[in-house]
Amino acid sequence: MANRDILHGTDSSSLGNPRGFWAMVHLDPILLVLLLILMGGGLFVLYSGADRNIDMIKAQGIRLGIAFVAMVVLAQLDPAVFRRWAPLFYGLGLVALLAVLLVGVGAKGAQRWLAVPGLPRFQPSEYMKLVVPMMAAWYLSRHYLPPRLRHLAVGMAIVLVPMAMIVKQPDLGTSLLVGMAGIFVVFFAGISWKLIAAFFALVSVSAPVMWMYGMRDYQKQRVLTMLDPQSDPLGAGWNIIQSKTAIGSGGYDGKGWLQGTQSHLEFLPESHTDFIVAVLAEEFGFVGMLVLLTVYFLIILRCLYIAVSAQDSFSRLLAGALTMTFFIYIFVNIGMVSGMLPVVGVPLPLVSYGGTSGVTLMAAFGVLMSIQSHRRMICS
Amino acid sequence: MPWGEFKNIAAERRLFQRRTLVMLIFVMLLTGALIARLYQLQIVEHEIYTTLSDKNRVQVQSVPPPRGLVYDRNRVLLAENRPVFSVTLVPERITDMSATLARLQTILSISDEDLERFQRRLKERRRPFQELPLRYDLNEDEIARLAVLRHELPGVEVQAELVRYYPHSELTAHALGFVGRINQSELQRIDPVNYAGTNYIGKSGIERFYEKLLHGKVGYQHVETNARGRTLRVLERQNPVPGENIQLHLDLRLQRLAHKLLDGRRGAIVAIEPATGGILALASVPGFDANQFVTGISVEDYRELSESRDKPLFNRALRGQYPPGSTLKPMLAIAALDSGATTRNRSIWDPGYFQFNSSGRRYRDWKRSGHGWVDLNLALAQSCDVYFYEIAVDMGVDTIHHYLSRFGFGEDAALDVAGALSGLLPSREWKQGARQEPWYPGDTVNLGIGQGFMLATPLQLATATALIADRGFWIEPRLLKSIDGNNDLTSFLPEQNHAPLTLKNPDDWEFVVEAMADVMHGARGTARAAGANASYRMAGKTGTAQVFSLAEDEEYDAEEVKERLRDHAMFVGFAPVDNPQIAVSVIVENGGGGSSTAAPVARALFDAWLLEFGEGGGDREGSAAADIANVEGPR
Repeated sequence: MANRDILHGTDSSSLGNPRGFWAMVHLDPILLVLLLILMGGGLFVLYSGADRNIDMIKAQGIRLGIAFVAMVVLAQLDPAVFRRWAPLFYGLGLVALLAVLLVGVGAKGAQRWLAVPGLPRFQPSEYMKLVVPMMAAWYLSRHYLPPRLRHLAVGMAIVLVPMAMIVKQPDLGTSLLVGMAGIFVVFFAGISWKLIAAFFALVSVSAPVMWMYGMRDYQKQRVLTMLDPQSDPLGAGWNIIQSKTAIGSGGYDGKGWLQGTQSHLEFLPESHTDFIVAVLAEEFGFVGMLVLLTVYFLIILRCLYIAVSAQDSFSRLLAGALTMTFFIYIFVNIGMVSGMLPVVGVPLPLVSYGGTSGVTLMAAFGVLMSIQSHRRMICS
Repeated sequence: MPWGEFKNIAAERRLFQRRTLVMLIFVMLLTGALIARLYQLQIVEHEIYTTLSDKNRVQVQSVPPPRGLVYDRNRVLLAENRPVFSVTLVPERITDMSATLARLQTILSISDEDLERFQRRLKERRRPFQELPLRYDLNEDEIARLAVLRHELPGVEVQAELVRYYPHSELTAHALGFVGRINQSELQRIDPVNYAGTNYIGKSGIERFYEKLLHGKVGYQHVETNARGRTLRVLERQNPVPGENIQLHLDLRLQRLAHKLLDGRRGAIVAIEPATGGILALASVPGFDANQFVTGISVEDYRELSESRDKPLFNRALRGQYPPGSTLKPMLAIAALDSGATTRNRSIWDPGYFQFNSSGRRYRDWKRSGHGWVDLNLALAQSCDVYFYEIAVDMGVDTIHHYLSRFGFGEDAALDVAGALSGLLPSREWKQGARQEPWYPGDTVNLGIGQGFMLATPLQLATATALIADRGFWIEPRLLKSIDGNNDLTSFLPEQNHAPLTLKNPDDWEFVVEAMADVMHGARGTARAAGANASYRMAGKTGTAQVFSLAEDEEYDAEEVKERLRDHAMFVGFAPVDNPQIAVSVIVENGGGGSSTAAPVARALFDAWLLEFGEGGGDREGSAAADIANVEGPR
């Protein structure tokens, strides 16, 4: 593969990709196969986690289908389109977030949804997961890399403003994921290690302050529960005790598909949504988990390869940040279910039942495939 | 601006590559951390979590054994088990008890009484996770309604339980006893393992005495339950060993007749088969419905029963201690003959009273004018008090005590009748101990006619009568006839420890028995009306026990005394004389005279047993009823 950046950054006419069919459909075959394996296996596990409810499998299949279409559609667009329109997307996102705060709908004291007549209800914060890294990548890639301090400040502002608006909803979890996506862009852009060290120092200093003043009681409770689930085994600790029991009792090769007693006898809560990985661990054991982590790791490896191979800084930063956000999902979810992290509402990517995050994730893979399939080959 | 600046594209690419490498290492480290965590949970601590998971899903449940059935001598079922559906609550699984109760009240009809009982049990000590019954005997509609709503009601279960049922409720309550819920003090006594699934225990009577036999051995099952405690399937099961079915000597037909004969009165009848000691009837009237006590009687119903003037809960046959009165005379006659205090021919002049000396207290005869010259035969047939005053004084209290104790007075001689009392057989030692008074000669005089301190239960009187019927051969009374058809009961019945009462002249038995036959058939027998026109010969003795004592010369007219203060009518007897098939004691409280009230009752029992129920005789209710009409006549 040629790695010389002679033609770079301009939206000149597509010169086409020598790889025939895949170039024509603008899909990355390796990533595609890995995603299909993940989604197919996910449905298999979900069938067990949802206690053989075939209707839920159908619903999830339709959702994944929609997400798949979103991926294919975005893959057809040239990365230059994203770059060009990033500010507009971002502006629209901010407006939508503002609208959520003013006229949003939701439940349990949180306003997260926007109901525009004639459109399906949607969650602007979910959309921002994609658009914030896009905007940050757009801004930083226009300047020197590594960024100078003032560019960095603007870049951080691009991330922090929507974060603050999402926190207001309130939705700390999504806000952190959105922020994470932005911060990965900054990291890939080459922010100096000194600043990174300073950032972590700041976080660790401000953590106690956040604990005292910033966090709500239920959030503190989640952290405490993670540290000692036995303090309230039938209440807050129940989920984590039961999910650890499910994982641990799975052992080396598991109890077998549909044989998990923790999930099928209803000891494991949320066994088809956030805690589905416990079902997999119980029924397929350590081996099954290694297979899952391997599939995820291969996807990340492929995505990082796409990022490294990308031909302009915008594409690289965006691809790198989206990949790392995907990984953060995986780590937080599995870490939470296995009792390493506090319980936060993060689904297992492309496996957990539920639609919104699936569409966002597949859209991100669409962007990655767009970056991969619109490279202009230069023969040396 | 940006595009005017010079960008070092190659440097940017290298920077990005370095950063990507850092991120790759970051991903690998965190993935490694996840794998390490999973390794810890799934491989290292696998055993711990497997145990936790099994503890979650597998529960050991005890399976209570079905309680043994009780049959009468003709294999008529007296006590059976009936499936009853009840709604039970496990308090440990219910977070909001009052809300759950309120919800259940909208689904089922739950009385205040049910609630009260439930709240009471809730406060009592009990096994953890034990189901507490809230309401019994659900109908099918209620079961269906609960089934639909059960997912909304964690900790609430519908349970099918085998509950004791007495089909002949009132007839057998005093004879069988009953079972009831295990209470706190019983909880201390029982084997908690064997009773793990059992909620009932024998509270009285046969149910209590043969508890071990009837209960059986508990079984176990391992069941898989879900998070809400519902049983999903049985993994492993060890069946319980059912309790033994037992057969009693009791004859329900005779028992029913006894109840009919005493209907509307208060009293007791005990009938014994002399050859076997088997108790054929054990009636205490009024009875009560034992089924009420099985699932827990309401406070109100219990108060009504316990405060009734007729004392239906009081087992008169076993625990009613009456002065035996003249029914003691046959036993005293045996004592006097064997001890030499009198002879068959000795005659005594009865002027209507007895005095130690001419100025002493006069002990009245029931016949004010006196019986004139009487010998022992006549004294028994006519129930002459003065004759027995005389021979009692001649014997002295020590001799009387010796002989009467050989007849089983002053002890509970029955083998398997729970709760029987011993009565009171007075002696010098007893009086000194209980009253701090010496024994006076006058006490002996009173003892001579079964009055004074002497007390005996109907069961004791029947036992002593059976001993006469058996001519001194002791066979302790018992209820148990066979266990599951097995007649060898040596290991189940207590040891028989009475030596036969052997007389110096065994023919004295015949003499006394003949005198008792004269009571029924003799020209001047006190019960000749009851004994008339019989196709067989019977022996008996009437008695009248004073409820309150009269001053020595005071006359009283039974009609004038309030009914409750009237004398108790008593009778003991057996039939036929030569080959006794049945020995009975009858007590009719405040029935007046023994000859007019109690003796006809015994005659009806004899007739039924010998003529109707005997060989080939079925249970002919009609003629038994006709007998009752006859009994009412001479009263």
